[in-house]
Order: sequence, then C-alpha cells, then structure tokens
Amino acid sequence: MNVLAVPVSLDHQTVDGLLDGVASVDTERTLFDARHLRWVDPSGMVALLAAGSVARDRQGTLPRLELPESPDVLGYLSRMGFFRGACGVFEFEDRVPRRASGSSDVLLEITPIEGNADVHSVVDRVQSGAGAVLASKLRYPSTAIVQFSVILSEVCQNIVEHAESSGWVAAQAYNWTRRLGRYVVVISVMDLGRGFRGSLADGHSARYGDRWGDTTALEAAFLHGLTRFPDSGRGQGIQQIRRQVQRWNGAITIRSGTARIGQVPEWDDSPPLVDTLAPFPGAQISIILPARVDE
Amino acid sequence: MDPISIDVGGLVRKTVTSLYSHLVTRPTGRAVRMAIETQLSGTVARSLSLIDLSEVTILDFSCADEVVAKLLQRYVDDTAHEAFFVFCGVREPHRDQIQVVLERQSLIAVAETGPGTFELLGTPTLVEADSWSSLERRGLLEPDGLTEFLPDDEARAALDRLVDRRVAFRSPGSGRYHALSRLVQHLL
Repeated sequence: MNVLAVPVSLDHQTVDGLLDGVASVDTERTLFDARHLRWVDPSGMVALLAAGSVARDRQGTLPRLELPESPDVLGYLSRMGFFRGACGVFEFEDRVPRRASGSSDVLLEITPIEGNADVHSVVDRVQSGAGAVLASKLRYPSTAIVQFSVILSEVCQNIVEHAESSGWVAAQAYNWTRRLGRYVVVISVMDLGRGFRGSLADGHSARYGDRWGDTTALEAAFLHGLTRFPDSGRGQGIQQIRRQVQRWNGAITIRSGTARIGQVPEWDDSPPLVDTLAPFPGAQISIILPARVDE
Repeated sequence: MDPISIDVGGLVRKTVTSLYSHLVTRPTGRAVRMAIETQLSGTVARSLSLIDLSEVTILDFSCADEVVAKLLQRYVDDTAHEAFFVFCGVREPHRDQIQVVLERQSLIAVAETGPGTFELLGTPTLVEADSWSSLERRGLLEPDGLTEFLPDDEARAALDRLVDRRVAFRSPGSGRYHALSRLVQHLL
C-alpha cells in the first residue's frame, strides 16, 4: 500500500507537496495519513479531495483516509462539508462529527461544480453571508459582494467550459494574525479535467512549437488571455479575475500539469512561476483576498 | 418609432429557475439574448429597445458579453433591421462588466447610469464622445442648425458616425438628430 502523509498544515502553500505525492503513486491502493493534520484551509480541503479522486481513478478502489486526531480539525472539516464531498472519494471511519444545524460561520462550503446550475447555486448561496464577512472582516465596500460573486462565477465557469470534467469550490475567511496581521478570504477552485495545456492545444500549440507545454499554456491563458474558443468575446474571465484581485491587493495562483503561475502582491513571497511540479491533471486555482488597510 | 421595454430581470426568471435575478454563466446570457432577439424579430424594420437591467443584482462578464456586446454586434451592421438599444438600470456594480465587454469588441452603447443620467459607454473617440454629449444636452439637433452647436466638420462627421453606430437616431423624413435618451424618457 502507498502511504501519503498529509502535512500538519495543509493550505495553499503546502498543497503542491500533496498533489506531487499522489501524482507519482502507482496502482497499489493508497492510504492518506491525515492523523497529524492541525490546520487546513479551503485549498487544502479541496486538494485532498482532488488527490483522493486521482488515487481512486488510478487504482480502481477508494483510497483510505486516516482521519485527523484533532477533534477541532474534524469539526471544522465537517462544517466545511468535506466529509460529504469525500463520500465516493475516500474510505474512512465513521467517527465524523455531525454538522450542527443552524447558522454557520462558513463563507462557502465545499461545493461540487458539474454544470452551470451549480454556478448559479454558488452565486445564490454567497449572497446571504458573504456580504457581511466582506464588510465586517475585510472592510470592503458594500458593493464588493457583487465583484466577489462575479469572481466566483467566472472561476467556477472555467470548470464547466474548459475542464470537461467536474470540480469543487470552497471559500472561508481567516484571521492571519501572525502571517499578515489581518483577515483574509481564501477561495479554492479545483478540477481534474483537461488542464490548460489540453484545453488550448488544438488552437494554440502550433505557434509555440517545441516550447508548448504546461508552462506556456498557463502563460498563454493567464498573461495573454488566450482561450480555446475562436470567439473574440471569450477569454476574459481570468483576465478580469486577475484585475479585480489586484484591485483588492490579493493573490491568485493557478496550477495546471507541471506548472504553477501566479500574480502575487508584495505581502506574499510565493514565486510567480514554478515549473518543476509533478504532473497532476486539471487545474487548481487559489485566490486570497486580504482585508483593506487604511492608508 | 415606439420604444419597446424589455425587463431583463424578468427574462432571467423565465429562463433560469432562481430566487434572485442573477445574470451569470454564458448559457444564461445566451438564452436571455436569444429571448430578446426573439422579441425583436416580430418588430418592424426599425426598433428602439430599452433593456432594463435594474432588477439584475449580479452580472458577470460572460453574461455581459452575451446580453450587451453580442446583442449589439448582432444588429450594428444589420441594414434590414435598424435596431437601437438603451441599457437602463446600469449601476456601479454592473458598469465595469459592461464597459469591459464593449471595449473588447470596440462597441459603444447608451446607458442610463443614474436617475435621469445617461452616458456613452464603450470606445467612442474623443470627437464622438463630444458630439454625443452635445446631442444629449439638447436632446434634438436640427440639420440646418448643426453648425451652431457642432462648428467643425469633424464633429458633424462624428455625429453621423454615432448614427451609423446606432447610438443616435436621425429621422429619415426631417433629418433631425435625436438623443436616444429622449426617445425612451417616457418609459423610465
């Protein structure tokens, strides 16, 4: 059996290690050891689902997930809807805490995206709670909920329009006391589809010749707005997401295949481009929006 | 030319089952655009439509591209059906999306951006923007009084381009230039 140790802290900065690990497993069943997990954000949770799905599909059997020992982590995963998403992806013990009824502090629970109806559902659901979070914790203007919803809509549509597969989205607000000294919202959208290279290959690979690969495909989409659709009105989604994220001094990174590209502000020391990752299917997007700072 | 009022929020509710009037996802935008085009297909050779976005709470870029840019593109060079559009209820949360999709396709459109306030969005040239503003301030320009308000040839040529780009109307009979905002005022 393959054993993959889930990092103690599984978030947007450490998910690549997990995804690289599962990218190289063989056909033997995999055990994901999450017993020592102490911190996980939406990127970590969705990456775990993505990793489990890849292992399942490759090995023809559900991988096993050793649950975190920490009751706080278990409770948080439950509130974020992780275990509902994990059904059919992992085999795990039935000691999952029940999700409490009533209001939750979760911005957007892990939500599968399979079609456009799911995108509508996501936009509908964030209307009720996200505005209050954006105003009170991030100090964004009241109209920010519209731009926030537009970001979610556009980034989730990429799964439906380009991935030709399903995926997941999740979002939550955190107080990054030590890391940044203020609140942030973390949004994660991941799919296991064609990836950027696969999506753009037919229309654009020829112009790149031997240089065509995951890195050039990401650059083509992320920096130049290229799309597989010939329609000149297409390909604006990522560009406009980048623009809005930049307005809010946020960070956005996209992993596809063996590369990760990003638009990183001064408070983030992530490299803008990494091209030495293990090949992982689909696309994995992480957006971080920090609270406004008075100038 | 009697203007037609089209409530986009109502069209979304008919097209997509949703508690809110959210114009998101390209298929939804396409369905709404086609519903608008179907409504217009039964009209005469010249039409003026007031596209009402006031009940739309969320408008993403994909829908703005379908409902605004592609709708305008469908008719801008159509000589068989001379269609004019005014977009009303274009508030700050929508404006950026509409401006971006118009710029991308080098289109211009008349939009009501506040109560009684109209703007020319998209990519007009400076001269076109000035000529449009002159017409908008007055509401109506008589052909034999043009030189008083638009003294140079370039400005008058720009006014004719605005007519060609369907953001101003010139009456074929009298030759008068009309601001679209005045023609739809009674519907607002």
